[in-house]
This record gives sequence, structure tokens and C-alpha cells, in this order.
Amino acid sequence: MADIITKATRMGYAEGLLYLGETDEKVVVLDADLAGATQTAKFKQKHPDRFFDCGIAEQNMIGIASGLSLSGFTVFASSFAMFASGRAYEQIRNSVGYPHLNVKIGATHGGISVGEDGASHQCNEDIALMRTIPGMTIINPADAVEAKAATIAAAKYDGPVYMRFGRLAVPVIFDRDYKFEWGKAQVLTEGSDVAILATGLMVNEALMAAEQLKNDGISARVINVHTIKPLDEECVINAARECGCVVTAEEHNVIGGLGGAVCETLSENCPTPVLRVGVDDEFGRSGPAVELLHLYGLDAAHIVDAAKKAITLK
Amino acid sequence: MDKNLKRELEMQAIRIRMDVIKGTFNAKSGHPGGSLSVSDIMAYLYFHKMNVDPQNPDWEDRDRFVLSKGHTAPALYGALALRGFFPEEEIERLRKPTSFLQGHPSLRLTPGVDMSTGSLGQGISAAVGMALGARLKNKDYQVYTILGDGEIQEGQVWEAAMFAAAKKLDNLVAVVDNNNLQIDGTLEEVNSPYPIDKKFEAFGWNVINCDGHDFDEIDAAFTFADKKNGKPSVIIAKTVKGKGVSYMEYAVEWHGKAPKQEEYEEAMSELQDRLTELETLAAQE
Repeated sequence: MADIITKATRMGYAEGLLYLGETDEKVVVLDADLAGATQTAKFKQKHPDRFFDCGIAEQNMIGIASGLSLSGFTVFASSFAMFASGRAYEQIRNSVGYPHLNVKIGATHGGISVGEDGASHQCNEDIALMRTIPGMTIINPADAVEAKAATIAAAKYDGPVYMRFGRLAVPVIFDRDYKFEWGKAQVLTEGSDVAILATGLMVNEALMAAEQLKNDGISARVINVHTIKPLDEECVINAARECGCVVTAEEHNVIGGLGGAVCETLSENCPTPVLRVGVDDEFGRSGPAVELLHLYGLDAAHIVDAAKKAITLK
Repeated sequence: MDKNLKRELEMQAIRIRMDVIKGTFNAKSGHPGGSLSVSDIMAYLYFHKMNVDPQNPDWEDRDRFVLSKGHTAPALYGALALRGFFPEEEIERLRKPTSFLQGHPSLRLTPGVDMSTGSLGQGISAAVGMALGARLKNKDYQVYTILGDGEIQEGQVWEAAMFAAAKKLDNLVAVVDNNNLQIDGTLEEVNSPYPIDKKFEAFGWNVINCDGHDFDEIDAAFTFADKKNGKPSVIIAKTVKGKGVSYMEYAVEWHGKAPKQEEYEEAMSELQDRLTELETLAAQE
């Protein structure tokens, strides 16, 4: 077995920003006193003239991003998911979403895998919050390679984007020549008994779950939903129609995130049993990230259980 | 200030006020009080100070304007219409579903609007971002923003104020429309932000106090704010809420209420009388 390389998606974000720094002079990066953690400090080091630290003032940072975008810049504004999507929700809604500005929110430290800092910093609600903003695109990459590709793709798209990155080093699953397809869910393994729609670090867990299911004679289709909004409805509906049941897997509250989005789409277009693996509408707690993921049911084992149960609901 | 220019600005300010009354009357809603208190400053900005081109509202080198106190959009719309950004008839359709004039300014819908605002405290941050953007592009346009005096109770205003001073954005001029009234009462009754001047001073801004209804003072204040000394400038304009319509002056209830038919007629005739008076004076010279 080859060695598994692990890398946090926030590292991919920084690599994407560095690439953009070299290739696109319109790219400006903002942070709110977390540049070391979000990794934007790497961009700052290379391009100090196009990096602004707004200090611990996320609401103002979003407004600054709006003003800069209205001056013709492509702005990446970074903080932890909690403060970007939560603290500055209304600024994103009214000063970015409503005027549909070219602002990219680079939110790192999403989900429960923040670990020891505990519930105050573990944002399991950001995708739900961002989904309700008209015109917002939401991307949640599965690994560092995809994170880099998504960051570069986001700069080419004219409009607001919320990108969620993680703190924890997670397995790299894509090759270096991976092509990010904007808005397209990606079938990673074909299968016909159950469709597992996963996003973020749960994509790797879904792949492991599919292996285990295979050993039990169950054929699982694993789909990487990196773009949660707009949802690739065609891919989701096809998967539901062809597999007959669905499991969603996300490091997010089961309310309002990928699971919610999939249920909304399927209930209107192709009613299908859906079981949601995610944080079960509760706050997190302090602890090592990997332990917490198991504790809150965010792992391959829980996906396997859900898949087997989903099949019985067909 | 030149006498003729001053009279011209006074007349434009009255026309803006008439548009405020007309718009809110037809919409049966809106915010006349604070719109009337900023009308003189709006006239000064759009008919004297700002470098804008109504034929080319997105002209890259234009001065920028952000109405951070977005609820007083009727005054902005009056100024934009009179300046030629769109036909003045549109004012009568303010707040109607078919109009491009929203209850609060919308960047995507209205020609001449530089930023969508309405949720208090947010406009100034966008203005600061624009000032930073101008510097990054080596452009020498100015960015103007008007805040309500109640609005500065929003913490975001002070986040923006701190950042603008820290980044030495001397291409930014903020105005605080100090009419001393907010929805629930006087500023002191609600949650006093005073002393406003000392707060901005402590945040590292140039602070200029002026009478927001006296064009000589307004002109002196903005001229002073033009100086580039590495600090953003704030003009604290002492104003009267409801200015120009006698029954609305100093009256908190006119913050967010539209005039009814009789009130409309009374307001319009009062404003028209004053306008005719000025026009007569102008004709005599």
C-alpha cells in the first residue's frame, strides 16, 4: 500500500493564492489577524502590496472587500469559517451577496475538525448560512489539490464565492493534474446499490466506506460534491434514480448543508430515501480532531452503517 | 463661496427636498426626516464637489459616493435625477415593484449608485475599501460617504474608522449627518455617541464641524477635507431633521413616515415658495 500523503485544504488555498499572486495582478487578499492560521501569510510574504490585514474586525473586512471589488480587484477575504460566515453573515449578505460582488470568502477551520479549540470555533453551520444567500456559490474541497484548483477557478468566476477549507491535514486523494470542473459533482467510483454524496474531508471517508461495502457485496457510487451551491442536480438525480437510495456525508450540521440540499432536490425531482451523515444538530467539544470526527459520527464506519440502512429503505 | 453658486446650490437643495416629499408621498412610505437633513450636503456634492458624469455613471475616474445611511435614499435619488443620471419622473415611482428606485440604494438597479446600502454601518466599510482601491490603482479620485449620527452606534463604523486611519486613507471623506434624532428618540435618550468629534479625533481622523445647512460652512469643511495629510477626514454636520418643511423639523415622528395628501401639499407649497423666492432673487441680478 502506498504511503498516504496528508495535507490540510487550507494549504491548498494558500498554494492557489500564491499561483494567483504570480499570474493575476488584480488579486488582493485580506485577512482578519489569522494570516498564520488561514495560510494567507504566504501570499502576504510574496505580495505585501496586495495583502491587507484588517485586524480582528471581520465585518469591516467584508465591507473593505466589497469596496475593493468595486475598484476592479478580485478579493479573497479570509478568516475562520465561524467568523467569516457567522460574525460577518449580514455583511456578506448585504454588502457582497445583494450587490453580487466579485468577493471570495476563503473560510478556513471549517467544521468540527478544528479540534481542541472547541465548539466556539467549530463552525458546522456555515454552509447552511451561505446557501440561503441568493447568487452565492459554495465550494467545499475534498483535499489540498482540489482546494488549490478551486481557489484558482474561483478567481476566474465573476461573483461571490464562499470557499470552505479545513485545519486538519487530510489524505490527498487527487493527482496533481486534477481538473476542477466548476459546479460539476464528480463521480469517483461507479456503483449501483447506494449513492454516497460526500463533501470536504468526508469524501475520503466515503471512498473508504465504499471499499468496506464492496467487501460486503454492496456496490456504492461515491460522488464528490465539491460545489454545494449551485448543486449539480443532474448528477444528484441520476445517482438517486440509478442507485435507489442515497447517503450524504459532510462535516457540517445535518440541517441546511449538503444533506439538506440533496433532500430538497430529490424530494422535488425524484423522491428517494436519503440518510444524512453529519453533525447531528449539536455543538462540538474540545478534543483531538480525529477523535472528534469519530465521536460525532463523521467517519467511514458511520457511512457504511447509513448505506446499509438506506438500502433497506428502498 | 461665490454668491451665485451658493444660490444655485440652495435652489438645487430645495428641488431635492421636493423630490424627497414627492417620492415618499407617492410611495406612502420612506424616510423624509433624514433625507431632508442631508439635502443641502447632497446638493453640494452632486452639483459642486464631486467629479461625476451622468452619461457615464461607471466612469472609472469618477469620485465615489456611498450613502451609508441608506434609508435616506430619497435625497440621493433626487440629487441623481436632477444631475441627469435618470429622468426625474422616476422619483414618483419610488418603492414601487416596477421601479429601479428601491427603498434603500441598490447598486445593480440604479444608475449612479456606487454601493448598495441600507443596513447601517456597512456603507462606510465599502467606502474605505474604495479608498484603498483608489490608492492601489494610483487613482486620485475621492471617496465620500455619509453616515447617520444614530448609525455610528454600529460597532462596524468604528472598525472602519480604525482601519481607514491605520492605512492613512486621506482620499476618504465621511460626513456625519448630526440631526440628533433617531427612531426611538434623541441620541442622548437612546444611546449617546457624543462627543462624536473627539471619538473620531481619537481614532486618528481630521475632524471638521460645520452647519450642514450653510453652504459657506459646508464648502469650507469640504475644502479643508481636501488636504492630504495622511488622515481620513470626517465632517460633523450639525443639521435639522426634517429641514425645510416646517412641521417636520426637529420632529422624530418624521423619521420613517410619509406625508398624507394635505401634508404633502403643505410641504410642497412651502418648498415651492422658498424656491420661487430664490428664483426671483436670481432673476433680479
